[in-house]
Amino acid sequence: MSDFYHSEQDSDRFRHRLLVAGAGVLLAFLLLFGRFFYLQIVQHEYYTTRAESNRISLVPIMPNRGNIVDRNGIILARNYSAFTLEITPSKTLGLEETIDGLAEIVEIQLKDRRRFKRLLEESKNFESIPIRTRLTDREVARFAAHRYRFPGVEVKARLFRQYPEGTMAAHAIGYISRINAKEKEAIEESGHGANYKGTDHIGKIGLEEHYEYELHGTAGHEQVEVDAGGRAVRVLSQTPPKPGNNLTLTLDSKLQKIAEQAFGGRRGSLTAIDPSSGAILALVSSPAFDPNLFVDGIRFDDWDELNNHPDKPLLNRAIYSTFPPGSTFKPLMALGALTSGKRTPGQAIADPGYFNFGNRRFMDDKVGGHGMVDMHKSIVVSCNTYYYVLANDMGIDTIARFMGDLGLGKKTGIDIPGEATGILPSQEWKQQRFKKREQQKWYAGETISVGIGQGYNAYSTLHMSHALANVLNYGKVFRPHLVNTITNPNTGEVRTIESEPVRQIALKTEHVDLIKRAMAGVVKEGTGARAFAGAAYESGGKTGTAQVFSLKGGKYVAGQVRERLRDHSWYVAFAPVDQPKIVVAVMVENGGFGAQSAAPIARQVFDYYLTGQIPGGPAPETEAPEDASDGPLVEENAHEAD
Amino acid sequence: MKLIKRFFQAIVAHLDIPLFLIVLALMGIGLLTVFSATSSDGFEKLDKQFINMAVSGAIMLLVARTPPQTLMRFAVPLYVTGVVLLLGVALFGIVVNGSRRWLSLGFVRIQPSEIMKIAMPLMLAWYFHKHESLLKARHFIIAAAILMVPILFILKQPDLGTSLLIGASGFFVIFFAGLPWKVMFGLAAAGGAAMPVLWSMMHDYQQRRVMTLLDPTSDPLGAGYHIIQSTIAIGSGGGLGKGYLNGSQTHLEFIPEKHTDFIFAVFSEEWGLLGNGVLLVLFTLLIARGLMIAAGAPTLFSRLLAAAITLVFFIYAFVNMGMVSGILPVVGVPLPFISYGGTALVTLMLGIGILMSIQTHRMLVKK
Repeated sequence: MSDFYHSEQDSDRFRHRLLVAGAGVLLAFLLLFGRFFYLQIVQHEYYTTRAESNRISLVPIMPNRGNIVDRNGIILARNYSAFTLEITPSKTLGLEETIDGLAEIVEIQLKDRRRFKRLLEESKNFESIPIRTRLTDREVARFAAHRYRFPGVEVKARLFRQYPEGTMAAHAIGYISRINAKEKEAIEESGHGANYKGTDHIGKIGLEEHYEYELHGTAGHEQVEVDAGGRAVRVLSQTPPKPGNNLTLTLDSKLQKIAEQAFGGRRGSLTAIDPSSGAILALVSSPAFDPNLFVDGIRFDDWDELNNHPDKPLLNRAIYSTFPPGSTFKPLMALGALTSGKRTPGQAIADPGYFNFGNRRFMDDKVGGHGMVDMHKSIVVSCNTYYYVLANDMGIDTIARFMGDLGLGKKTGIDIPGEATGILPSQEWKQQRFKKREQQKWYAGETISVGIGQGYNAYSTLHMSHALANVLNYGKVFRPHLVNTITNPNTGEVRTIESEPVRQIALKTEHVDLIKRAMAGVVKEGTGARAFAGAAYESGGKTGTAQVFSLKGGKYVAGQVRERLRDHSWYVAFAPVDQPKIVVAVMVENGGFGAQSAAPIARQVFDYYLTGQIPGGPAPETEAPEDASDGPLVEENAHEAD
Repeated sequence: MKLIKRFFQAIVAHLDIPLFLIVLALMGIGLLTVFSATSSDGFEKLDKQFINMAVSGAIMLLVARTPPQTLMRFAVPLYVTGVVLLLGVALFGIVVNGSRRWLSLGFVRIQPSEIMKIAMPLMLAWYFHKHESLLKARHFIIAAAILMVPILFILKQPDLGTSLLIGASGFFVIFFAGLPWKVMFGLAAAGGAAMPVLWSMMHDYQQRRVMTLLDPTSDPLGAGYHIIQSTIAIGSGGGLGKGYLNGSQTHLEFIPEKHTDFIFAVFSEEWGLLGNGVLLVLFTLLIARGLMIAAGAPTLFSRLLAAAITLVFFIYAFVNMGMVSGILPVVGVPLPFISYGGTALVTLMLGIGILMSIQTHRMLVKK
């Protein structure tokens, strides 16, 4: 019986514990329900947002980059669509194996692998990187058949930049290439970050760089539903991109081509400006490079070749290389003399063939001198003595002020980056240029070299053509520019760049006309006569020679000096004389005398621009005329007589 | 015709209708949810799960027809076999995903810890039943030893989830056998004090799981990813859910192991708080019915077995939903009758079969 009792007691205790357990279960389930209530009701909105941001991804769509055409509508930069084979490294099973496998199906050269490796280092693992560009249709089909073997590899249709004219005007147009880390930062800072999300190329030099934000366009985007692996499942909505603006240049590509060919591979530059607007008609830097090489990542050996070539083809000489202008400076000096009242046109000097200053003798190029020389004659025969005396009379600061007014020694404001300031010497300049006290002092003797365009003077062809254009415009200054109009393809709106002069230099009409006549005289009977013999139009010009080094006490004989030590050849010119339509400045490095190399190039440019005549080949080098050589000769040895 | 009727009666005779209906409802929800979780792969998983349910259903019927006295006879051999196999695993087991859980018998791979889920309550219930009239302290100590031997093996594998479930099943038997409250509180206090020691004994990945539970955002792409994505699924489901087959977290593959351990997130996203409520009610009914069966059971063996098995169902459901909703650590415990997988289903239906056997053989004992 006690057993039974015991069992009853046990049974009670068991039921009691069942109740405890049941209560525990209910409590636990209430706790769970509380948790669900918290997540699904209280925090519902928060988690909905989280789920949506999981689900929806914004994919940027790259806009079409604007085209660049010349003044006649000839295309200089455009886009074309081509297939690329791209790899997303994070999605592949093994990068090396994938590339090796692909190489069995499509051609993958060593250079492709090298480029891929370089791009890989620059980008993140989940970005898609091209291993091959410009696949042929056959290659696309072959890859499609083997696609299943290559996770993380895709064929994509991409837009490529193309420069159909190749090397033509390459320095002016520039090129685009992949955005690097520094540029990315700059884009973020300028507030364009969102618009560049899907863009991986950017203008690196030239117009492509300067007008980057005009050309780029507005990125569109697609709202896509993505799964956890980041694969797009479907498109929810789409905002199409807006293509970038098109640039119409002032450049005349036929003229440009003729000017480039005229150089015949010689080093140098040419700038041709329409003086009535500042429009640049041609901008030559020779030798040039092919911008197409840069578009999908330049090959290492191509880069090596361009970067280390002694002729420096990547350098934009027209805006960056500066040299003493030599005698091309004289017409500007003459105008300065008239404007500052230091000379009247009729004032003449007797030229003995030298100018003594202190204990130095500055030589004229013509032994025995030019006799009586007035201003007109000083330009036509390029008389050094006239300008030695003039410079001494004017003083360096008067010269500097006037030349600065003309636009020398500062940036012209041309719409491509990388312009040099040049050197316009003055007392102030010298103080800033040199650190040591004794070097900072300006010596009056230095002014005399400056007067004939030597000494510290250093300008680009852009500077010289700009200054001459300002003179021919009677002081009206236009900013030199390559872009004429910017067209918005979305709205059809056309904006014209620069039609108004930016400032006015105080010049007298009769002074300018005198300079024009004198420069016409150079072509008619002076140092330019040989190069322009038989021209169908009247032009004005001035030859110049920039000394590479000065020979002491002897006559400079170009043929006997090694090519790299020959002087640089300058020619500045305009035509027609009455109503100038074109101003050029030509510079041939180591071209010898101005009349020898540079003037014949200007002749071909004028011939085409004014009469449509197409030259048969590169501009010839004329023989240096015996007496008319305009090179300066400065004898620096002491002159006993003084 | 008569034959069919008799066959049908034979089946129904040992079926507990309330329990059967509850399980049927849960399995129905299970099939729907498994389909939603695997619909991107077609019907393959759904078909397999259907077969799993049919097979485990048959096993349930078979067990339900077996009287508790017969079941009792299996207790010792099953337990001993289980321990021997666990020893085998420790010595010759196959390592999968860093854990030594499987034993290869040449033609088939088995997971002996699964056997223990049934063997443990059976063994302990048998042990207490045998010593029913004179339960003393030492019997509880021996019971604890019977419990700890296999658990230590399984912890060593390591398999935290399974040892938790088996430990719970054994503990419930001991609890219902009358372990004094004083002892339980004492053990709980000692356990709390031993936490730091236990912590130092845990494997790295187990420690990490506990840590990521406390702060899932500390490792959003690693261990915390599971919890973050499943809570997003539950929370974004809202009151009424996103609708069947419309869960974006599910169908865009954000939920890991979505047809097995994390299936509750799938269900919760598509059916919302309402669905969760229904599921909780069904589990509550299942447990209530199990406890009723235990309360009405005639012998100590059947009482202890029924109560322990019922509470194991509770542990399964609570731990799973708790981990998926982010209030418990991630341990590999499926959601009973819902999660995809044959092994767990067979074990669960064995348990249901035992409950039905206890319920339907009650009268026979009384007579």
